[in-house]
Amino acid sequence: MLYREAGQFKASYIEDQQIFPIRQDKIGFIAILAFFSLVVPMIASEYWLQAILIPVLIFSLAAIGLNILTGYAGQLSLGSAAFMAVGAFGAYNFMLRIDGMPFIAALILGGLCAALVGIAFGLPSLRIKGFYLAVATLAAQFFIVWALVKFPWFSNNSTSGVISAQKVEILGFAFDTPVSKYLLTLAVVAVFALLAKNLVRTTTGRSWMAVRDMDVAAEVIGIRPMRAKLSAFAVSSFYCGVAGALYAYTYLGTVEPEGFSLDLSFRILFMIIIGGVASIMGSFLGAAFIVLLPIFLNVAMHALFAGTMPAGLASNLELIIFGGLIIFFLIVEPHGLARLWQIGKEKLRLWPFPH
Amino acid sequence: MMNDMPQEAVQEQTRRIGDVVLDLQNISLSFGGVKALTNISFDVREHEIRSIIGPNGAGKSSMLNVINGVYHPQEGRILFRGEERRKMEPHVAAAQGIARTFQNIALFKGMSVLDNIMTGRNLKMKCGLLAHAMFWGPAQKEEIEHRKKVEEVIDFLEIQSIRKTPVGRLPYGLQKRVELGRALAAEPSLLLLDEPMAGMNVEEKQDMCRFILDVNDQFGTTIVLIEHDMGVVMDISDRVVVLDYGKKIGDGAPDEVKNNPEVIAAYLGTSH
Ligand SMILES: Nc1ncnc2c1ncn2[C@@H]1O[C@H](COP(=O)(O)OP(=O)(O)OP(=O)(O)O)[C@@H](O)[C@H]1O
Ligand SMILES: [Mg+2]
Repeated sequence: MLYREAGQFKASYIEDQQIFPIRQDKIGFIAILAFFSLVVPMIASEYWLQAILIPVLIFSLAAIGLNILTGYAGQLSLGSAAFMAVGAFGAYNFMLRIDGMPFIAALILGGLCAALVGIAFGLPSLRIKGFYLAVATLAAQFFIVWALVKFPWFSNNSTSGVISAQKVEILGFAFDTPVSKYLLTLAVVAVFALLAKNLVRTTTGRSWMAVRDMDVAAEVIGIRPMRAKLSAFAVSSFYCGVAGALYAYTYLGTVEPEGFSLDLSFRILFMIIIGGVASIMGSFLGAAFIVLLPIFLNVAMHALFAGTMPAGLASNLELIIFGGLIIFFLIVEPHGLARLWQIGKEKLRLWPFPH
Repeated sequence: MMNDMPQEAVQEQTRRIGDVVLDLQNISLSFGGVKALTNISFDVREHEIRSIIGPNGAGKSSMLNVINGVYHPQEGRILFRGEERRKMEPHVAAAQGIARTFQNIALFKGMSVLDNIMTGRNLKMKCGLLAHAMFWGPAQKEEIEHRKKVEEVIDFLEIQSIRKTPVGRLPYGLQKRVELGRALAAEPSLLLLDEPMAGMNVEEKQDMCRFILDVNDQFGTTIVLIEHDMGVVMDISDRVVVLDYGKKIGDGAPDEVKNNPEVIAAYLGTSH
């Protein structure tokens, strides 16, 4: 089947405003979703599910969160990991302290906690921009991690703030196997990704982008920069928070505040730079890329040098390649993998006639 | 604007110049030591095309910024539709029906033509964030409804073929037109245009003139226009204000202003 839109005419604005206006895209999307929800659970090993697919999905969600704030609303943030921590510890405390708390509700409440904290730390954005704002979010990063360690209440008085996620049960079904955890993660991430896609293509998203691109003009057209920026902080932190809760409940099981370090914030930032700024799909591509790259390099090293490689060199090499790629994308293709994909599609649309 | 009223009826009703809608009294504005506007008074009547002219740095753009609340004058009173405005933010001005374009194009670079113009409808869209996230029912209906209005603007400005193009890729003249579209989408009653024809070739200028006149004619929109091209100004304005070094040196019908010795002196004294 050729990738064409010939013969697919839009008779109404509804049709024109679909997420996938081209039929092949829609079929492709459904096929991908079906593959990951039906086929993958049957063929993927436990290692793939637990060490690759679940984290890729969770990081995709966090990257969507950061992308909403940085990509769509243009507010640079280095605090994504801290907002994940708020989500994780929030959900943990709701599960711990309220009897019979449904897991999905705890997840959402954890996200809402992160949203509130996000709004608080987003307040400086009303005054400052760019580099200075990044420094303010850096303060959020350090403060939140510090507070979670400092006040033992958050971790139910455990040493150094370590928490162990409670068992996940929904309507009596226990999510305790890798496959079930993977499917749960996939479902949550897919739903929230869809909601995010809707947000960015309607008035909310347009007002974020308007404030990002030209704030005076946005205000003159009636958009309130304050509202746009704070809603971006809230939604972004909500997404990071839900990702953080999943990180604790379906990925690691045991987390500590220090696990949500600046390092992790940077990794999420790299995901959106490499995957594509202001792109929901790019968030997935970037997350997959950043989780897979070290694994791929590791395998490649072993195949090439079969043990002759000094330990530590591989991880240094990983950092070097990382740095190189980041610079490459910043300079050559600021819209990341998502843009490369787009270009590929445009070429395909015309193929085999280049004009 | 853009309603289904028969055109003749609209024209008859709108071209008649009405009462004063905007009254600026003794406006003074300074930035630190720089006096941008000194004791300026003039008014704008309903449905008229009111031009502001003057040499570079005369304070024309500052005047527009005062009108829609971007700048707050240190002295003076502004009456809009008979009500005195205290310190007012731009989004409040927008809500009152004042829209504008900028001297230096201020489009949203990362967005398509369609999305840029859609932002113009922002104030008329009532659905909240959660409804947008779900995108069903009212949110979807609202989006479609406003898309229809936006398509009317797109048809009006004859930019159908570029609706999905990112604005950054458009040539300068078309960007100016899209910016007008964004302002029109808000269905303003008062439209402020800051040099909408600057940097355009003759053909583009003619198109833009036609759009401005049509907007004024068909929708009855009151227009405040800043323009350097004297031919255009004298042609399409009902009344003209002349500023020089932040002071008003002339005010009246195009012919009066043209023959005002002070105005002539100001223009001969500069490179115009
Ligand atoms: N935000 C600002 N800060 C400081 N000075 C300003 C500001 N805006 C305008 N001015 C000053 O006010 C004076 C009037 O500027 P304005 O832009 O209103 O002139 P103009 O008539 O629009 O000129 P032009 O024809 O070049 O657009 C100038 O001296 C300018 O330097
Ligand atoms: Mg100016």
